[in-house]
Amino acid sequence: MKHTTFVQLLDLAVGAVLVTSFAALWLRRLATVTRVIAIQGFALAGVAAVIGVYEHETELIAVSVMVAVLRGLVLPGLINRTMRDGDERREVESLINIPASLLAAAVLTLVAYTATRSVVALDDSAQVRAMPLGVAVGLIGILLVVSRRKAVLQIIGVLMLDNGIALVMFLGTSGVPLAIELGVASDVLLAMFILQVLTSRIRTKFGGTDLDQLRELRD
Amino acid sequence: MNPTGIAVALLQAVFVIACAPLLVGWTRLVRARLEGRVGAPIRQPWRDLRKWFVKERMVSEHTGWVFALAPLVLTGSAVLVAALVPSLSTSSALDQVGDLFAVVYLLLLGTVALSLAGLDAGTAFGGMGASREMTITAIAEPTVLVAIFALSVSAGSSNLGVIVADTLSRPSAAASPTNLLALAALAVVTVAETGRIPVDNPSTHLELTMIHEAMTLEFSGPDLAMIELAAHVRLVVFLTLLANLFVPWGIATTAQPLHLLVAAGAVLVKLTVLATIVATVEVFLAKVRLFRVPELLAASFVLAFLAVTASFFLA
Repeated sequence: MKHTTFVQLLDLAVGAVLVTSFAALWLRRLATVTRVIAIQGFALAGVAAVIGVYEHETELIAVSVMVAVLRGLVLPGLINRTMRDGDERREVESLINIPASLLAAAVLTLVAYTATRSVVALDDSAQVRAMPLGVAVGLIGILLVVSRRKAVLQIIGVLMLDNGIALVMFLGTSGVPLAIELGVASDVLLAMFILQVLTSRIRTKFGGTDLDQLRELRD
Repeated sequence: MNPTGIAVALLQAVFVIACAPLLVGWTRLVRARLEGRVGAPIRQPWRDLRKWFVKERMVSEHTGWVFALAPLVLTGSAVLVAALVPSLSTSSALDQVGDLFAVVYLLLLGTVALSLAGLDAGTAFGGMGASREMTITAIAEPTVLVAIFALSVSAGSSNLGVIVADTLSRPSAAASPTNLLALAALAVVTVAETGRIPVDNPSTHLELTMIHEAMTLEFSGPDLAMIELAAHVRLVVFLTLLANLFVPWGIATTAQPLHLLVAAGAVLVKLTVLATIVATVEVFLAKVRLFRVPELLAASFVLAFLAVTASFFLA
């Protein structure tokens, strides 16, 4: 693969990861947000695949296939199941309105750029230059967790945070050993299972997953 | 300013004005066919304009000079922008004196003139339409600026002709994240600024949700013809911006007649494709609630903003 094509494909894949995180903030229907997070998983796998093909690392290509299966299919599927079990309203309920959260996310992107300036200055490669976007995706994930009321969306936020961390990892290290990636993947899967069980427990106990109503202790 | 440049600018203005009603007729025809109707022929908008131009001009006695001036300002600014935007050639004489800021503020001038005229007549619909138009413009206009600004960072100039020539010289830049993000942002704004579905419905009258039509209710005869023509020209100007900023191939970089002819053919093909897309999307979309429009525009502003950050940090 030529260097310019590599840079272009990498930029496109990384850009897709960032744009999907904005789309997850913008959309209102929970089902669509889940689909968007699946697309983000595939874009993340695309980043790994592009780096793997360019640097001729079969291990990284294997990792990218695993990322696609786990973050593109399995985890969104789990979230979908969590959502289908409950019969609550399928619309996003947010503490701040959608234009405000979009603008907050734009500010967070700038924060990510300024915070990682010294890291970016270390090297002039395309991977390192795209690293701030990974940090931005992570920050937007945190924004999603703190600003949304539904437990399902908070799970999606945590997943997005993890996608951001994975993106930084792919760009920063150009391929971690398969063993570490496997460990991380199984951890994420485990966390999602626990969150799914927790959500359904909350729902059977309290009838809904609006976490704002779980602040006070009652007998 | 050389004479060929002036000739090119005039040619562009004439070309856009001649094409605009036909293109609007084309979108209406495509929409009608997709909805299972026969539809009016594509020269119907031209026939309407001709009819209105010979009709009597009725003006309410409660209106003032703002109302009388608005059609002239709106049409004048639209025609000037049509001459300025590189539709046929990048060597227009006006391109050196007016850049993207001039384009945006000329378009804004027309919008403000029409809104003031809507208020001037003192009808409930006019005021409602004007206030809505201002709300949408206040969010949409910065997005146009920021989106084109993102493109001008890599070209090193805010002149539209230079931006187009820069994309021509570096074909790989056409698919960069900056360009794609700016394209998405500008596409949303085009829909909002030209009053198409899902922001406004161009084919309704006397409905509580209308925006553009509400402001034009009081106009009749030649005034109405000018306002409609300006609306058509603005649609084509925005579509030309979309086509030539992001897919500039075919545009002439000189003022030779043969190149201009090729450019006219190329831009016609591009505009027809874009108009078909606009019409097709309109069939499948419902108008969004007025209070959801800021969400849509905020999203497009954020896309434009991301385009600027990408052009600074990724490239």
